[in-house]
Amino acid sequence: MPESKNALTEVVYYILLSLYTPLHGYGIMQNVKDLSKNRVDLGPGTLYGAINTLLSKGWIDPIEGEKGSRKKEYVITDVGKGIVQAEILRLDELIKNGKKVIKEGQL
Amino acid sequence: MKHVVRKAYWDYEKEEKWINDMTAKGMHLDNYSWCKYTFVEGEPGEYIYRLELLENTATHAESIAYLKFLEENGVEHVSSYMRWVYLRKKATEGPFEVYTDIESKMKYFKRVNSFWLSLSLAEITIGLANLGIWIANLTAIEEYSKFINVNLIGGAICTFIGLGCLSLSRPLRKKMRQLKNESHVHE
Repeated sequence: MPESKNALTEVVYYILLSLYTPLHGYGIMQNVKDLSKNRVDLGPGTLYGAINTLLSKGWIDPIEGEKGSRKKEYVITDVGKGIVQAEILRLDELIKNGKKVIKEGQL
Repeated sequence: MKHVVRKAYWDYEKEEKWINDMTAKGMHLDNYSWCKYTFVEGEPGEYIYRLELLENTATHAESIAYLKFLEENGVEHVSSYMRWVYLRKKATEGPFEVYTDIESKMKYFKRVNSFWLSLSLAEITIGLANLGIWIANLTAIEEYSKFINVNLIGGAICTFIGLGCLSLSRPLRKKMRQLKNESHVHE
């Protein structure tokens, strides 16, 4: 269910990807860092703002953390998954076009 | 061992740098109240400190939720003063910046800028009002008293501080323009 044809920001895209398994804030930061091989280092203020935006859009949901843990965890919703799939199609188009042009240029 | 340093800063970036320089020497900021910094001795370079201007005062419910989120993510809330908070993170955990992408940085700079602008506006308004009273009294009363001079001195000081705030926040607005340019090509 793509909401618009606009691109996602890198931060939003990686947060959504991270939340296919429930994670708390710190887990998201670590996961994004790992996925991007240390390239994207999310600041806590940036992450907080992004989480609140995604919650208000209904792309992620808060869930109760593990017993004894007071840290709040989040998980991607079906709407969020639709957004990610639409974004992958868009990124795919970008990469295919890029590679095609560069190949033609090399000949 | 605690050390108290009394110092006044207008520029929060210089203040932040000074606090980090102190940490490098093994003096960790533990508490701040008006112009009074309390440091506790410890391992040199153990922490990275950051100052942040919150949207609300530190005791506001939204600020409490935000600071709790920070604490969960390894960021310690050391002290606060009105809307300003003093944060720190262990240096062993890598670099520490509160805002890392263009969009959130821009949003933050706008918040700091409007803080400076409202401060300038308030000071200049009070300053000019006092200067106005002084001029009005000057023409109305022939022998102006010490009381009227209070308006002149007070008004001049307020106007001066207001103009000072405007000029102090000029580098910030330059940074905002650069960031805006950057945002046309990068996210």
